[in-house]
Amino acid sequence: MIPLSWYLILAAVVMFIGLYGVLTRKNLIGALMGIELMLNSVNINLVAFWRYLHAGKPEMDGLVFVAMVFVVAAAETAVGLALIISAYRRRKSVDANDMDLLKG
Amino acid sequence: MKLIFLLTALVTVGSAIATVSARKILHAALWLVLTLLGVAVLFALLEASFFAVVQVLVYIGAISILIIFAVMLSRSSLVDEGSQTHRRWWAVAIVLLAVVIAWVAALSLWPNWSTVSAALPAGAGDLATLGKQLVDPNGYLLPFELSSILLVAALVGAIYTAVEKKAGQA
Repeated sequence: MIPLSWYLILAAVVMFIGLYGVLTRKNLIGALMGIELMLNSVNINLVAFWRYLHAGKPEMDGLVFVAMVFVVAAAETAVGLALIISAYRRRKSVDANDMDLLKG
Repeated sequence: MKLIFLLTALVTVGSAIATVSARKILHAALWLVLTLLGVAVLFALLEASFFAVVQVLVYIGAISILIIFAVMLSRSSLVDEGSQTHRRWWAVAIVLLAVVIAWVAALSLWPNWSTVSAALPAGAGDLATLGKQLVDPNGYLLPFELSSILLVAALVGAIYTAVEKKAGQA
């Protein structure tokens, strides 16, 4: 059967691909997609830990955490996209380099 | 099992790379859908079938559609020409590659590293138990209610932020 490490390696790879997207994308929506990838990799880890180390126990902490991550991801996407659309309306741009109102 | 996992992992990682590197942001959004689908398959492999369904409904059905809407609303700007990435993307890639290798190397010292899953005991991952724990005062009632308040507050805030303010209004 599949060892736990395979899931952990996959999650780590997806996590850092997402981080790469957040750090390098100029388009703010692209950066948000990177955050989605990172949240998903966390979910893979949580479900894998639940399945491999915790499945015999009555508490389902891992799955509860996954549900919380879903809620936070939905909230984060809604607020993030609303901010991007609002900023786009003012500056006609979704380029991270144009978001410099706070620059001294 | 292993073959299914490897195929899914290949699709997931490949489409994740395409998500962060696609030139057109709409293509990136569609690659993101494929990645999320791969993660749903992984959930099914881990016998968390409820979360596989929720992944498809919430992530693919709601979040990625929201992202595609946002892409279409802001389409005219940052046209899909010229560089889509920061000019020092290669430095970021090298550093992150080093970090991921170090991370996996450090993690491989962990005693549970190569644990193989036992057969899922009867009743484990039972949806009714999960639901009861979510509303159990000695379980997760407080975080559950807090997360619902967070979701409502975030959605109200998102609508308030995104709605167009007419002239004369504050």
